[in-house]
Amino acid sequence: MEAATPAIELRALARHFGERTALRDVSVSVPAGATLAVLGRNGAGKSTLLRILGTLLRPHLGEVSVLGEPLPRRGFAVRGKIGFLAHEPLLYSDLTGRENLRYHAGLHRVDSARVEEVLEAVGMGARAEEPVRLLSRGMVQRLAVARAVLHRPRLLLLDEPRANLDPTASRLVEPLIGRSSGLTRVITSHDPGSALDEADLVLGLKDGRAAFVGPAEQFRGDALEELYR
Amino acid sequence: MNTVLTILRKDLRLELRTFETIPSMVLFSLASFVIFHFALNRATIEGQLAAGVLTATLLFAAMLAVNRLFVAEREQGGFDAFLLAPVDRTALLLAKASALFIFLVVLEVVAVPAFALLLLGPSLGPALIGIVAVVALVDVALAVIGTLVSAIAIHTRARDLIGPVVALPLLIPALIACARALGPLLQTHASGSPPAKWLAILALYDVVFALLAYAVFDFLLED
Amino acid sequence: MTTYGRGLRGLSLATIATISTALVLVFFYAPLDADQGFVQKIFYLHVPLAIVSLCGFVFGALLAVGHLRTGDRRWDMRSYVAIHMALIFGVAGLITGSIWAKASWGHWWVWNEPTLVSFLIVLLLFATYQPMRFSIEDPERQARYASVFAVLAGAFVPLNFIAVRLAQQYVHPRILTLGGGNLPGSMRLTFIVALIGIALLYATLWKYEMAAKDARMRVRRLRRAVLGEDALAPLGRSAAPS
Repeated sequence: MEAATPAIELRALARHFGERTALRDVSVSVPAGATLAVLGRNGAGKSTLLRILGTLLRPHLGEVSVLGEPLPRRGFAVRGKIGFLAHEPLLYSDLTGRENLRYHAGLHRVDSARVEEVLEAVGMGARAEEPVRLLSRGMVQRLAVARAVLHRPRLLLLDEPRANLDPTASRLVEPLIGRSSGLTRVITSHDPGSALDEADLVLGLKDGRAAFVGPAEQFRGDALEELYR
Repeated sequence: MNTVLTILRKDLRLELRTFETIPSMVLFSLASFVIFHFALNRATIEGQLAAGVLTATLLFAAMLAVNRLFVAEREQGGFDAFLLAPVDRTALLLAKASALFIFLVVLEVVAVPAFALLLLGPSLGPALIGIVAVVALVDVALAVIGTLVSAIAIHTRARDLIGPVVALPLLIPALIACARALGPLLQTHASGSPPAKWLAILALYDVVFALLAYAVFDFLLED
Repeated sequence: MTTYGRGLRGLSLATIATISTALVLVFFYAPLDADQGFVQKIFYLHVPLAIVSLCGFVFGALLAVGHLRTGDRRWDMRSYVAIHMALIFGVAGLITGSIWAKASWGHWWVWNEPTLVSFLIVLLLFATYQPMRFSIEDPERQARYASVFAVLAGAFVPLNFIAVRLAQQYVHPRILTLGGGNLPGSMRLTFIVALIGIALLYATLWKYEMAAKDARMRVRRLRRAVLGEDALAPLGRSAAPS
């Protein structure tokens, strides 16, 4: 039986910023539908990795393949299939939730019916006509999730997906960005506990290097300590 | 093209919602006219002097807009939002330059009549079409250079300073042409047609820098 | 990695030889100008400086194109050195031009000669290159933006000269018309030698600075390899790739 193409394939990935190396010799393979947790201290390279996967940064060395397409050469081919939940919500604070989503819908060629659909799905249908700067952080995060899944992506890149979400909101977004969505996911989190619960694979980064790559079950307490020392 | 319209609509909507840019440009221009009146100590001006005053005022008002052009993108994650979309990246250049062009036109609809009222001796009437043609061409130059410089400046530390300081020398050929073209049009008994030589220079400048902008803009966005 | 030091000694000797020859020619061979007298001789310094400076800016723009096309930051480093060297030569050209203007027409600055005015505008533009580039934190982005600027500014130079020339009646003596100039033979020879001398000086200084930057870069790389990634404090203002 032929093995399916992995959703993400990294081989000896490296990226530097001037003299500083952010990522060095990182390799991992993520099958379709699996969840990868990227763990590590601040500055370990998690955000850089996520941005490279999201085509926002170019890799400097090594090979990157996302959804079967090599980056950065074929970046434009995968852009529409990736949902990126960043540290910032990527919403204009003076526009309403609905206007923001319609803007993203225009960029991704998605119709307005879908906009209403995701607004309802995150429970923001009632507050969609208020400017984003007047909304609470939890609501802004919900809108950010709506924005990330608006164009029905096949791969989710989630930076702190549960940040600012109360339990109700967390439950609302679960079918969109959680395990039950069935989508391939890469999650980074400052709280390793919650990330590990959802993960199939773990990539532990320490000073830009892959200190641990493997199934989540094999990632035990001492490995966790090593990473955060 | 749809992408350009999507972005342009968003920018116009933001401007209508916040009124950050256009009112400042208008107020600045009006204040400039008052200052020029006192600085030059004249009741009315005409000809080349009037052309110079109008050109300088439009330029400095444009710099106000240039400083604001990409601020929302930078501070609210708009660059990422755009870069994540499966669209041609030069659409951002076209959309922003169009927005800046529209802001300038709105400004001029108010500022040029105000100029005629406050400072200009001869009436605008006969030469109006010529004036519109010249101002439209210089607006294209201001829009293209303004967008480029704003995109560069937004990533620097001293962004409000770098923008105008880089833009002004770059714009000098276009401003020379603008002022020289307007000079004959703002005289009493104006002929009504701007000197062709200066229109040609403006057009050449617009074409060269529009093409250059199209060629280099991608490099400003990528990372 | 290119060694910029190769051929540097030969180039330096050639530069010294040419400039010495030029000086001899200027003071002992070229005739005294009937109108302007002895001070006219600064022309042999001013015009070559101006020409080499403008060529330097165009050279910098071409190197910047190389950087944008290949993504290799060494091209940007070459472009940076070319431009800031050209700026120094340009300022020197402007000052000598001002001295010549004072001697010829009695004023330190004259507006009604387009070449000097265009030159001032070009220098105003390129003077913003360093402040702009060094106020960008991310080194990759800094290099890319600097290259974009260099390309735009390079394209600006001819447009600027055309516009300013059309706007002014010209008083600046047309030295270099297409017919080879209205210079008598002895002046032309002196001028050409001076021009070559200044051009060689530019090339030599460019190579020297590239060699120095290259060496420093390699030392830093070695130190980082031996002492560890974080052992070195980052350089302040530097166009070097690493």
